[in-house]
Amino acid sequence: MRSTSFLWNVCKSSFTFGLIGLTVSDRVASVVRVRGLSMSPTFNPPNNTSLGLFTDDHVLVEKRCLTDYKFSHGDVVVFCSPRNYKEKQIKRITGMPGDWISVPFSYDAVRIPEGHCWVEGDNPTDSLDSRSFGPIPLGLIRGRVTHVLWPPQRVGKIDKKLPRSGLSF
Amino acid sequence: MSLFQLWAFIVKEALDKSFLVAKFFCAVHVTDTYLCSTALVHGPSMLPTFNLTNEIVLLERISTQNGKAGPGDVVVLRSPENPRKFVTKRIIGTEGDNITYIVDPKNSDRTETIIVPKGHVWVQGDNIYNSYDSRNFGPVPYGLLQGKVFWRIWPAGVFGSIGRRPETVDPALKVVEQSNPS
Repeated sequence: MRSTSFLWNVCKSSFTFGLIGLTVSDRVASVVRVRGLSMSPTFNPPNNTSLGLFTDDHVLVEKRCLTDYKFSHGDVVVFCSPRNYKEKQIKRITGMPGDWISVPFSYDAVRIPEGHCWVEGDNPTDSLDSRSFGPIPLGLIRGRVTHVLWPPQRVGKIDKKLPRSGLSF
Repeated sequence: MSLFQLWAFIVKEALDKSFLVAKFFCAVHVTDTYLCSTALVHGPSMLPTFNLTNEIVLLERISTQNGKAGPGDVVVLRSPENPRKFVTKRIIGTEGDNITYIVDPKNSDRTETIIVPKGHVWVQGDNIYNSYDSRNFGPVPYGLLQGKVFWRIWPAGVFGSIGRRPETVDPALKVVEQSNPS
């Protein structure tokens, strides 16, 4: 009798803890692992070792921005890929509704429609972003990245401005 | 009982009650986000399925989260033009489908054909004469879908399930073709 009530208590506590954890991660903030090099050097800057899980950056994604969807230039956001809703990507917003973006290798310019934004990776050579799939609706955004939490030597707030790399189109 | 003991008792009671309220709020949030939610539907774009006046419907989140929402389903989605607005439309086609649609049925019979890109769906209101849908804002990424409408709970007179086809089909309307090349 005592062991079943103990097991029942453990189940209740983990269920409660799970509910609270899920609510906090949906509404307040969560921690996300950054894979890939499309946001170098902001995340996953190039280095010589390849330890995988231990060297991937982990970042804090805040969810409070999803109540009113007020984003601006330079925000790094997590969004569902428009090509595959199960994939989440992390890129920086470089254009807001009404902006004109010049298409690479052409004289055209694209106007970002209402309710959409233009996202680009900080590492243009290795980034699949709006230059391939066009502007994305703001409704696809799932959170805004505010801080790097891992590795310890680079813990800190994310800069809003894209570091000037001299690349333009 | 000393004053300190009374104070400790009150604080403990308050904490217990707040924790209970917090647990209840979390349970409501998880159910609303992952299982089943409600929505208010109004406007002329889904006549005759939904009336002009406000109607309350139940939507389930499981189909849209697992990619099971398909043609014929009525879904609630975030508007691609305003992420804070929700619209209710019916899915006409999913990725790879050929959609032939009448661009402006009130003024002409001109049709256009489009292939729905990967990861997107084509949505239209049941009342194509007065509906702002994919014919205006283009195919919608699947990630914008919020839930599939399956039951109407208000007004009480028309309580019941929402079917996969529009309730009456006007034979004078051009048929929307869809073929899935596979």
